[in-house]
Amino acid sequence: MAEILVLVEHVDGNVKKVTLELLTKARQLGEPSAVFAGSGFENAKAKLAEYGAAKVYVADDPELEQYVAAPKAELLAQLVAEKSPALVLVPATIDGKEVGARLAVKTGSGLITDAVDLVTGDGGFVAEQSIFGGSTVVHSKVTKGTPIVAMRPNSTAPEASGGEAAEEKVSITISDGAKKAAIKDRVIEQKGGRPELTEASIVVSGGRGVGSADNMKLVEDLADALGAAVGASRAVTDAGWYPHQNQVGQTGKTVSPQLYVAVGISGAIQHRAGMQTSKTIVAVNKDAEAPIFELADFGVVGDLFQVVPQLTEQVKSRKG
Amino acid sequence: MNIVVCVKQVPDTWAEKKLDPADQTVDRKTVDNVMNELDEYAVEEALKLQESQGAEVTILTMGPDGATETIRKALSMGADKAVHVVDDALHGSCAVQTSEVLAKAISSLSPDLVFLGTESTDAGMSVMAAMLSERLGWPQLSNAGKVEVDGTTVKVQRLTDNGHDVVEGELPAIVSVVEKINEPRYPSFKGIMAAKKKPLETKSVADLGVDASSVGLAAATTAVADSTVRPPKAAGTVVKDEGDGGQKVAEFLASQKFI
Ligand SMILES: Cc1cc2nc3c(=O)[nH]c(=O)nc-3n(C[C@H](O)[C@H](O)[C@H](O)COP(=O)(O)OP(=O)(O)OC[C@H]3O[C@@H](n4cnc5c(N)ncnc54)[C@H](O)[C@@H]3O)c2cc1C
Ligand SMILES: Nc1ncnc2c1ncn2[C@@H]1O[C@H](COP(=O)(O)O)[C@@H](O)[C@H]1O
Repeated sequence: MAEILVLVEHVDGNVKKVTLELLTKARQLGEPSAVFAGSGFENAKAKLAEYGAAKVYVADDPELEQYVAAPKAELLAQLVAEKSPALVLVPATIDGKEVGARLAVKTGSGLITDAVDLVTGDGGFVAEQSIFGGSTVVHSKVTKGTPIVAMRPNSTAPEASGGEAAEEKVSITISDGAKKAAIKDRVIEQKGGRPELTEASIVVSGGRGVGSADNMKLVEDLADALGAAVGASRAVTDAGWYPHQNQVGQTGKTVSPQLYVAVGISGAIQHRAGMQTSKTIVAVNKDAEAPIFELADFGVVGDLFQVVPQLTEQVKSRKG
Repeated sequence: MNIVVCVKQVPDTWAEKKLDPADQTVDRKTVDNVMNELDEYAVEEALKLQESQGAEVTILTMGPDGATETIRKALSMGADKAVHVVDDALHGSCAVQTSEVLAKAISSLSPDLVFLGTESTDAGMSVMAAMLSERLGWPQLSNAGKVEVDGTTVKVQRLTDNGHDVVEGELPAIVSVVEKINEPRYPSFKGIMAAKKKPLETKSVADLGVDASSVGLAAATTAVADSTVRPPKAAGTVVKDEGDGGQKVAEFLASQKFI
């Protein structure tokens, strides 16, 4: 079966959910070989095996993570040259897309970003993308080189299936050219304890209507009752009421959860671009004319300070 | 200092965007076209350096004839001159091809710094900064929420999924900026008048030493097979809160098995 390289996204060997999704997708299309760059493989091995990696190419060199994108692209280019895979899958995250971009230039290959599905068609892999803020669906193909596809988080349901995860060590000498953008420090600002925004199956987001940083607690309480991640509109992150990493939208994160709850958000086009493909959308807004209601499966026109606490209580009591 | 800002013209954010059914490229003819919103922040960041450290700012655009409007806007904000790469052969180029053309154009300008937006709102791939860094062999300081230039060193805060990285590189460097970085200025009347006299150079692919048969739709590295406009979402249920709004939502969530 055709070999498919899957770039593993991880933090010290803790594998991100999107990697499990990519492995699951790769199994439908061929035989997945995970590519693990950096330290912590021991923590990752069992997960990669569980989700069906037949092989894992391990480049256990901390330097791979000390520079922006370029070293990982060199590693993948080396593997593409040695193994001639049928396809390279990367996550459609900031890093994943940039590694894919550099690999595309190195190998003269086509790159498709933000794919929401990938199937085998006649004459190769066919990727599905949802463009123009979700209004148009396109199917595209790579026509040159080794196809590189960046898949959006949450586009494949991860399914366990035993794999060998046979370890093959890869030695790589990172070129000086790949060491030009040095990462001097990593600052973590994430509020802990909740599911990650792009991975969550439920997202509750607050907008300007929430009114203050303190009031974001209302949104957090509802999120916690639902086991959801917390998102925010740009109005909220710009005001400093919530960290920028939680921004949903064109210049924030693209989310595609089973359920998206928008609280005090008007539904500007840039916000919609990041949440439009959510399966079910609920909105609470005091303005009946707010554009978010055009998208909502269920909407309440009302004051969020009344509606949200009541909803949180209801969710808690129903969940028991 | 010599700064190049890559600016793309795209369909207006609020326009109903579609693909041209003839060749599945972005339809730029039936909509208003404007400067890619995110590139305004790149222009602004360059102008701030122009003011604080002294720099010549050159706008670089690859796009059809009509893109001169966007170039004029950037010049009226305060950029000094512009290069417009325009050639029928470029129609339908993919990101890999575009990066080759822009890299050649940048090389010919020998800048110290290149600014880009993080994403174009039409194709929206967020790949150009990485591709240009790869081609030029310059540091990739992408997704920057803050930029500091100190002598020959550039330091940025690269926004990440859970915070930011502090990333450093030496000039010449490629920097892409996010919309958090500044507040782009509006062109003043004086700026608009001055822009009319600023140099705008046009270049063809041949001028840049790029083979015309290697760019454009026919030689692109990706191809769109088909596209469908999604029917607008069916209207959902909207209720007015009568003191039981929270309960109504809970009932809906229960009916959908979320709780
Ligand atoms: C280049 C660019 C990129 C952008 N990227 C993004 C992005 O990634 N994500 C994003 O979100 N935005 C983005 N924006 C901003 C976007 O255009 C909107 O300004 C923003 O989404 C508005 O946020 P909001 O809905 O919270 O605020 P508003 O538009 O001010 O809406 C607040 C809503 O709250 C309601 N409200 C107020 N009080 C109450 C109450 N007590 N109870 C119930 N409802 C109430 C109001 O009726 C209103 O509808 C971008 C803009 C630009 C120019
Ligand atoms: N045709 C182009 N001409 C000039 N700059 C461009 C062009 N295409 C992309 N860019 C720049 O690259 C950035 C990222 O674009 P993209 O990778 O297409 O999302 C944009 O914000 C622009 O700064």
